[in-house]
Amino acid sequence: MQYDVAVIGAGVCGAMITREMSKLDLKVVLLEKYNDVAMGTSKANSAIVHAGFDATPGSLKAQLNVQGASLMAYYCNKLHVPYKNIGSLVVAYNWDDMKTLDELFERGFANGVPNMEIISQERLRAMEPYISEEAVGALWAPTAGIVSPYELTIACTENAVLNGARVKRNSGVFDIEFKDDLFFLSTASGVVKAKYVINCAGVFADQIAKMIGDTSFRIIPRKGEYYLLDKTEKKMVNHVLFHCPSKMGKGILVTPTVHGNVLMGPTAIDLDFDSKLDLDTTIEGLNIVKEDVKTVIPTLSTRNCITSFAGLRAHIDTQEADFLIAPSKANGHFINVAGIESPGLTAAPAIARYVANIFKEIAPQYQRKEVFRTDRPAPVRVNEMSDEERKALVAKDKRYGRIICRCEGITEGEIVDAIKAPCGARDVDGVKRRTRAGMGRCQGGFCGSKVVEILARELGEEMNKITKFGNGSKILYNRTK
Amino acid sequence: MQKYDLVVIGGGPAGMAAALQAKEDGVKKILILERAATLGGILEQCIHAGFGLHYFGEELTGPEYAHRFIEQVEQTDIEVKVDTMVLEIRTGNIVIATNAVDGMLEIHATAIILAMGCRERPRGALDIPGSRASGIMTAGTAQKYVNIDGYMPGKKIVILGSGDIGLIMARRMTLEGAKVEMVCELMPFSGGLQRNIVQCLEDMGIPLKLSCTVIQTHGIERLEGVTIANVDENRRPIPGTEQYVECDTLLLSVGLIPENELTRMAGIIIDPVTNGAVVDENRQTSRPGIFACGNVLQVHDLVDYVTQESQIAGAGAAAYIKNKPKGRNRYVSVKGQSGVRYVVPQNINENTDKDVKLYFRVADVYRNARILVESDGKVLYNKKKPKLAPGEMEYVVVKADDIHALQKKELVVRLEVQK
Repeated sequence: MQYDVAVIGAGVCGAMITREMSKLDLKVVLLEKYNDVAMGTSKANSAIVHAGFDATPGSLKAQLNVQGASLMAYYCNKLHVPYKNIGSLVVAYNWDDMKTLDELFERGFANGVPNMEIISQERLRAMEPYISEEAVGALWAPTAGIVSPYELTIACTENAVLNGARVKRNSGVFDIEFKDDLFFLSTASGVVKAKYVINCAGVFADQIAKMIGDTSFRIIPRKGEYYLLDKTEKKMVNHVLFHCPSKMGKGILVTPTVHGNVLMGPTAIDLDFDSKLDLDTTIEGLNIVKEDVKTVIPTLSTRNCITSFAGLRAHIDTQEADFLIAPSKANGHFINVAGIESPGLTAAPAIARYVANIFKEIAPQYQRKEVFRTDRPAPVRVNEMSDEERKALVAKDKRYGRIICRCEGITEGEIVDAIKAPCGARDVDGVKRRTRAGMGRCQGGFCGSKVVEILARELGEEMNKITKFGNGSKILYNRTK
Repeated sequence: MQKYDLVVIGGGPAGMAAALQAKEDGVKKILILERAATLGGILEQCIHAGFGLHYFGEELTGPEYAHRFIEQVEQTDIEVKVDTMVLEIRTGNIVIATNAVDGMLEIHATAIILAMGCRERPRGALDIPGSRASGIMTAGTAQKYVNIDGYMPGKKIVILGSGDIGLIMARRMTLEGAKVEMVCELMPFSGGLQRNIVQCLEDMGIPLKLSCTVIQTHGIERLEGVTIANVDENRRPIPGTEQYVECDTLLLSVGLIPENELTRMAGIIIDPVTNGAVVDENRQTSRPGIFACGNVLQVHDLVDYVTQESQIAGAGAAAYIKNKPKGRNRYVSVKGQSGVRYVVPQNINENTDKDVKLYFRVADVYRNARILVESDGKVLYNKKKPKLAPGEMEYVVVKADDIHALQKKELVVRLEVQK
């Protein structure tokens, strides 16, 4: 199959960019190595919409962060993605920290971050009643927020598919050949031909670039470990809470999630170039998170932890460590979107537009489509409905009355929707990310086997063909005797 | 809105026994709400024998035990709605539930019995570092895959935690041809029943490693192995004792948590030790007309005791429906001390008309310890036991007359341990 554009990597940037490409009158394919989209950094990060005071003024990070933050509400609204504009606080503990807040304020101001304030201890305590007594003040950035990063990725992909984009999963690219103005991408599911390639391969972006002879950068996988706490801890945190940055970096943040849990983390450990699959949590890492969080909210209890996980940021080894978003010097029809670490999620909507502009310059022949659908159908969320709405829904389709996941109150109807969606779920984790079935405090203890059953039924497979997250992550073996 | 005298939430052994007792005591309109497709609860997947020895005086399998009650329920006019999930208990004893037939249900109940059972502690709560590979699941999930769905969830198994479900699954997986490498238990003693350790591990030749835990899981897609280590008296891994064990499955049997989401939402007071409601001798909770029994109240080791406890709750609810008591009750509070982790019930009506069984669990393994029940220095009960273990629930009976005679409205259950 020949395409105009092949996007490699279905993380949040790849999905957003594919969506932008699907506005144009061309054939675009999104190639993903795993069995689902959002399987890399986009599923395991802090889920923060940063206001934009961290990045160096003048950098691409700074520019796209502030733009992205201002676009996020629009995208999440259109695409029905959970997003909450709760604002962030950088907490200061001493005189030195307060000076740092001033610097951050100045930097934010230079970056164009609106409505920041440095607030007093009293106001901080009123906003965050459980904050450490040591806290003396904070930088308040009301434009910051929280978002569900994997749902954003899934929603963008679905929207792109509705607009004609193709998504090929289990299609990791292992070789690229360029001849006669055409890229020949050898993937796990066959050869894909494309005139242009956009490299959104996250921590693997350097390996993809190398396939066309571009060795101008390398990606260091920087591991971050997190704890996710039960919804019982929700009252403990109201805003995104950062430590005052020190030489040790930004440190651990504590934040509510859009679904009402509390998230804390990440650590920052640089791994070897060949450890890009290492998502192991470690005793050391988790202990750092546990200890560090005590300085912010001393009474927050990790006893109510429902899971821990690790993610890898794609840290680029160039001197300025800025986002690298540009046509490759090795081939002008190949655009690198690399080094997209924090604030990459926030910046993603702006990155997509930025890439669209680059693409327009190198490929001016493509026109906008006459019709572009900006939204996706709103997923049914039964537990957000009133009693009357639920009654009406169940009367229409009984499956919305059958609860499968007890902890989160997810129905069979919602799970079937997630499987049947454009680019729908094919494995247990895919159902979890789309519906939250298995995301609650029992972590799929009860519903896991039922989800396997529903997946098998809807996909027309045997139960023992259903995986946790594709490839070798099988759940069941042979039949019993 | 529909009206019932009694709504029982949960149709497992607890809910059925409670409903049947209430029926026997003359309650007219009773409704059982069950979230699964059938009555019976978790017993339906417990196909091993060992149920009913105390209650029926014979050894039954889980489904057999359940079916004795299902048949009784079917012979009464107790109504049952299966595949029905209760979402909320609103003020005024209004139960909100959903199912595929009725859509949304709004039911007013004079009395409610909570019998939702318990769930297993998941991996996340344990904080075992490592990968997110598949092949890590609770023993109960594996039990469902094997006994209900008919699939093997693994071939080479390590079991963490020696709770009863873990022990049962060690034997079950072995009989199905899997190799169970070992059962690791963090504590220096097993939390399971002695008979299960003998029948499921010793008879099957499966090693039980005490004071040992899993400190890391390995494998990117499917589990490939775990690192185990011995732990010191503070349950911390001892450096140098790490050992890699190849396996494709890690089953967790590390504790059960009463499923009290509805109870908490309803504003009912919870005992921080049992994680179940605080109740009186009739199993009435802090909210009048709402009762609790079975594993949602306290985790039991034997279903026979669940049945007995639920009959108490059923009778209590029936009396409540009949008498519609008004005004405040005066209670004797019951506490566990020195070696007694908790006691159920936590309160006794000071004018109770019957003797009260106090159920409790001990904190450690004790030999030749004395069980004492005291009030204000006066000993009401004193008996020596050759062995007490956390895995076995104990009980003592306190006479109604003794409760009436109490000066101080407090009872303490404690152990006297010989040095």
